[in-house]
Amino acid sequence: CRSLAARLGPVCLDAASFSHRRLSFGPQFVYTPESADKSLGETSRMNLFQAVTSALDNTLANDPSAVVFGEDVAFGGVFRCTVGLKDKYGKDRVFNTPLSEQGIVGFAIGHAVAGATTVAEIQFGDYIFPAFDQIANEASKYRYRSGNHFNCGSLTVRAPIGAVGHGALYHSQSPEGFFAHLPGIKVVIPRGPIQAKGLLLACINDPDPCFYFEPKILYRSAVEDVPVNGYVLPIGKAEVLIEGSDVTLIGYGTQVHVLREVARLAQSELGVSCELIDMRTILPFDEETVYASVCKTGRCLIAHEAPLTGGFGAELAASVQEHCFLNLEAPVRRVTGHDTPFPHIFENFYLPNQRRCLAAIKDLIGY
Amino acid sequence: MPLSSSAIRANLLLLRGGGGLFVSSRLASSAVLSTRPYKLHKLESGPASEAQVTSDEARKYYRDMATVRRMETAAGNLYKEKAIRGFCHLYSGQEACCVGMEAVLDRNDPVITAYRAHGWTYTRGVPVKAVLSELTGRASGCAKGKGGSMHMYNHNFYGGNGIVGAQVPLGAGIAFAQKYREDKRVCVTLYGDGAANQGQVFEAFNMAKLWDLPCIFVCENNKYGMGTAVERAAASTAYYTRGDYIPGLWVDAMDVITVREATRFAKDWCLSGKGPILLEMETYRYHGHSMSDPGTSYRTREEVQSMRQMRDPIASFRQTLLTAELVAEEELKEIDQSVRKEVDEAVQAAKTNAVPDPKELYTNVYSQPPSGQPNYRIRGIDQFTWSAN
Repeated sequence: CRSLAARLGPVCLDAASFSHRRLSFGPQFVYTPESADKSLGETSRMNLFQAVTSALDNTLANDPSAVVFGEDVAFGGVFRCTVGLKDKYGKDRVFNTPLSEQGIVGFAIGHAVAGATTVAEIQFGDYIFPAFDQIANEASKYRYRSGNHFNCGSLTVRAPIGAVGHGALYHSQSPEGFFAHLPGIKVVIPRGPIQAKGLLLACINDPDPCFYFEPKILYRSAVEDVPVNGYVLPIGKAEVLIEGSDVTLIGYGTQVHVLREVARLAQSELGVSCELIDMRTILPFDEETVYASVCKTGRCLIAHEAPLTGGFGAELAASVQEHCFLNLEAPVRRVTGHDTPFPHIFENFYLPNQRRCLAAIKDLIGY
Repeated sequence: MPLSSSAIRANLLLLRGGGGLFVSSRLASSAVLSTRPYKLHKLESGPASEAQVTSDEARKYYRDMATVRRMETAAGNLYKEKAIRGFCHLYSGQEACCVGMEAVLDRNDPVITAYRAHGWTYTRGVPVKAVLSELTGRASGCAKGKGGSMHMYNHNFYGGNGIVGAQVPLGAGIAFAQKYREDKRVCVTLYGDGAANQGQVFEAFNMAKLWDLPCIFVCENNKYGMGTAVERAAASTAYYTRGDYIPGLWVDAMDVITVREATRFAKDWCLSGKGPILLEMETYRYHGHSMSDPGTSYRTREEVQSMRQMRDPIASFRQTLLTAELVAEEELKEIDQSVRKEVDEAVQAAKTNAVPDPKELYTNVYSQPPSGQPNYRIRGIDQFTWSAN
């Protein structure tokens, strides 16, 4: 174990050498900007929260029924995602709600059932749980239980999620696993500004209720030239970002960028060629892309910040082994958060960081 | 020249009635102080309009408020130095609430509050050093460094809760346990003006009233739910009436004696089997919602300054004590110096004490490994972290 650690890089195994200054916090990655399809026209430099604002701006401009509400959205929102919208579209369309998550989502579902395009914000994904009953028992089941008489498809709920380096127990959670378990809704997580705008617009236009989780650490750190007009990206379609032949790496949101680095290190340190997939949609997930990739490479590593047991990786792993069994050279591996609450301390040991992912790749190759 | 304490005791001066203060050339060992007016909801009478305060009590309240104030200032500075990261919600300005209530409660009365908890943590018996160490994530922190600012605990202090309003049903449950065990105690369940609009608060009210629980619900109304002024969030800002069928009291919580008498009234109410009661402590926080909020984009600097100058709970209590000659100015200065020393030492400890052992990352998820799995390990731990035992 120790020699492996020494080869893969400095890892502080000695408790006495810890100090808060020496360890960096949060997910470790470098954001690689992407470029949009030229056909989408004029672009503007935007970070992820500005891309969200742009999507909401397009929506409010083109859809007279559209409203945006949530806690503190009127002044621009705690993550600046709604800056300028109230001034531009009025307080009847962009407004604050009281501090009542269950109320916000229930109210949003009703508004959507009545036919209006409704974009509700939950201030942090960690706070979405009071609304979980509304989501599980109302939003996801409306169409089904009414025999298609009613639906809340024009509902989109947005919430920031994920580790940020200092969020601790209640500002860092990744709740997508809970939502993946609800047939009837869609769950989408973007990896960057161009993706964010296209996927958010797709969610807003989608005929089913969508839950759109924004990796909060990317709000400022991910910057790209994003098309100013509206455009949609497909929901339910994963994207192969890097083609490779030896191992399939699967992630979503911030983890995609960690895995980019892992793929690079795997090539340079281990001579291993990795194929990187961004799921983009958690539910319904793109089975075809995933199975095609793993059948090709024979090895699969899934990484997510959320805890291991019952995490979305568990669903992916079960499905992959079911469909790719004869092509697998090694068991499907998951590198995830531990089965503990998101910690106040030692966050960098909790997260599925590069070193842990690389160690898993070594196991996959050496199996 | 201040008198020695024995001389003071030998010169006992006590005056009742008339509502006034006796001005003497010597220090009093106690005085009768007026409380500020209350507002009542479904109550025929309220707390006393005046109260006797001994000089020992006066010193204690002053010292406790001054300690909380200085501790919070130190926490703010530590945050700016990045020794504290994450979330930090300061209580400065609200000191009279925790100190005044604690004056009537005893350590057997449980308390549960929200995330603006450092003041309560201190009055519940956690030393400043343990509060600040918890903030800096040290092993000497009161939650072993695992909870941080919003999750501080002690005997009969159930935290420290990050999720807004979640602590209110918990408080009702704790009160039920008191009643079930026939403990003659009250549970104090605090929440803020923002949390007052959470559905679960009303669920807790209903259960508490239905089952006559000895629960003192306390809304610490500091006028702003993060950046939202109360008028913009609540259809009714008369929080002391929002328990509806639960009697309520509005309290000017910038005065520690006013808070104390209201708490005494409330505790008597609950312990006489009359069920829950709701106190609205109207108070003010000088800092922003948290350290990421300057606190000036939704209120004017003039408003904050004016509160500091005209209604500061510590300065006004200091003035009251000096006017009543309960405590000498020199003594108050000594208290200030001693508080400063205590907090400075605590800051040093918080900066230098040991971080928790890495195993704290994965301990205390369960109480112990499941009986059927003696080799239980926390799943997900691998060779780069450490196996659970």
